[in-house]
Amino acid sequence: MNGSITPLAIFFASIFTGNILLTNYLGMCSFLSVSKELKTSTGLGVAVIFVMATTTPLNWLVYQHLLIPFGLEYLRFIVFIIVIAAFVQLTEMTIERYSEPLYQSLGIFLPLITVNCAILGVSLFMVIREYSFFTSFLFGLGSGIGWFIAIIAMAGIRQKLRTAKIPPGLEGPGITLIIAGFMAMAFMGFSGMIALS
Amino acid sequence: MITSLLVSIGIISLISVFLAILMVIADATIGNYGIVKISVNDKTKEFEVEGGQSLLRALNQEGVFIPSACGGRGSCGLCKVQVIEGAGEYLPTELPWISEEEKKQNIRLSCQVKAKTDMAIVIPEELFYVKEYSTVVESIKDLTHDIKEVRLLLKDPPSITTKAGQYIQFEVPEYGDLDESVYRAYSMASPPGDSTHVELEIRLVPNGICTTYVHEVLKEGDPVTINGPYGDFFLRETENNIIFIAGGSGMAPIKSILLDMEQRGIQRKATYFFGARSKRDLFLLDKMRELEEKMPNFKFVPALSEPLEEDNWEGEVGLITDVVRRMVEEAPSSEAYLCGSPGMIDACIKVLHELKVPEENIFYDKF
Repeated sequence: MNGSITPLAIFFASIFTGNILLTNYLGMCSFLSVSKELKTSTGLGVAVIFVMATTTPLNWLVYQHLLIPFGLEYLRFIVFIIVIAAFVQLTEMTIERYSEPLYQSLGIFLPLITVNCAILGVSLFMVIREYSFFTSFLFGLGSGIGWFIAIIAMAGIRQKLRTAKIPPGLEGPGITLIIAGFMAMAFMGFSGMIALS
Repeated sequence: MITSLLVSIGIISLISVFLAILMVIADATIGNYGIVKISVNDKTKEFEVEGGQSLLRALNQEGVFIPSACGGRGSCGLCKVQVIEGAGEYLPTELPWISEEEKKQNIRLSCQVKAKTDMAIVIPEELFYVKEYSTVVESIKDLTHDIKEVRLLLKDPPSITTKAGQYIQFEVPEYGDLDESVYRAYSMASPPGDSTHVELEIRLVPNGICTTYVHEVLKEGDPVTINGPYGDFFLRETENNIIFIAGGSGMAPIKSILLDMEQRGIQRKATYFFGARSKRDLFLLDKMRELEEKMPNFKFVPALSEPLEEDNWEGEVGLITDVVRRMVEEAPSSEAYLCGSPGMIDACIKVLHELKVPEENIFYDKF
């Protein structure tokens, strides 16, 4: 247990100071490719929040009650991925069946993020940092919100950039990565508030 | 050691089995949309399909092939279908392919739209006749230094119903650096009368995926999958004079039309202008001379734009546009059929306009 910070602090820290995307650079691929449009970014961001907030405690249960008792901690990579994939698939099917508007705005993005490394990353951090069940949930939720904030900020910037003159060699991923770097530095400004171990 | 290995295998299997069972249950309950009805072209055809799958796949299972180059991943934008009702809102994955005009007509990508409720759709009549055929290569011949004639024998189904001038899609399997199969369209050079064969004329395009495959990998006896026929480039049933214009492998559909005319005894006056650079780009001259003899009203005019000295060429010389301008008679009462590169076709259409060939009588197949 990490006694020095409260679960609430971890929640806020995972949004700002320990932003999964900007401090660990996880989940970059979909961040770079989808951040062109604010609307699609929002959809993807919400999907990430949902999946992180649900799969992290789910994986906590699997880890604590299945892997640890059998001494199989080293299998966590493969087990976490299977659990995430199955859960996302089930959620997509459910949404598709029962809510047309929700499927339009969220469901269609779910298959895209099954293999998002940020999602697996959050589950693995939860293990390394020895969070409790409740803290894991808050950590997953916070990380999702952090990813969401980062991608909509980027989408907003990229929409403004459309009319800007960018040197041809830097167009596309080039300028996006540079901006992501600036954003990461800006988020570092929060580090005085709370620190994530 | 052994025990820990067995335990780990056991636990992974346990988790996988549990999740797999969960998925199967979900598929049978949440994912089960029952049987849905698809009504095509104002109820001329009605299909009952298993719900929940994509419209493309559902139609495919009923033997209706919508052209699709990417195989249903939403990356080619070819499988457009007009959906009157039952498709719901546009999905973000469809929007890149749909224009404002198409939105008004409810044109959808059939690989993205899922058949979840009863649907009403409109598709072109000809697609009912499109099927997938497994074939084997009967022969491969060099027509010129860069064009090969590939003759396919149909196996299953054993025969195809076409109109002369239509095209098929050729499935290129995985080979070399190509890690998934792709489809390329080629006109048939064989006439509809020869319903057990499909003949293609394929010119080698540098770095072309399919043309390289055909020229360098494909051998006699190899299996080939095709689907078709497609297209509205076929001879119209009128009494007008006919102007054919082609270049390179644009020969294929024109040859099919000519052979069909011969077989059906159509005696319309027809002139075929074939453009090539030098003599080594000409092919099937004997076949064309033979057709001239069999069909008294048919004339074949090959024209070379840059004849070499050793060619000893005595026929027409010049760009195909100039030859057409010089030689076409009674243009206003003619129909024109063009097949070749976009550049050639655009230039020829301009000349045909000057010669006053009515706009509605010009048909072309650009590639």
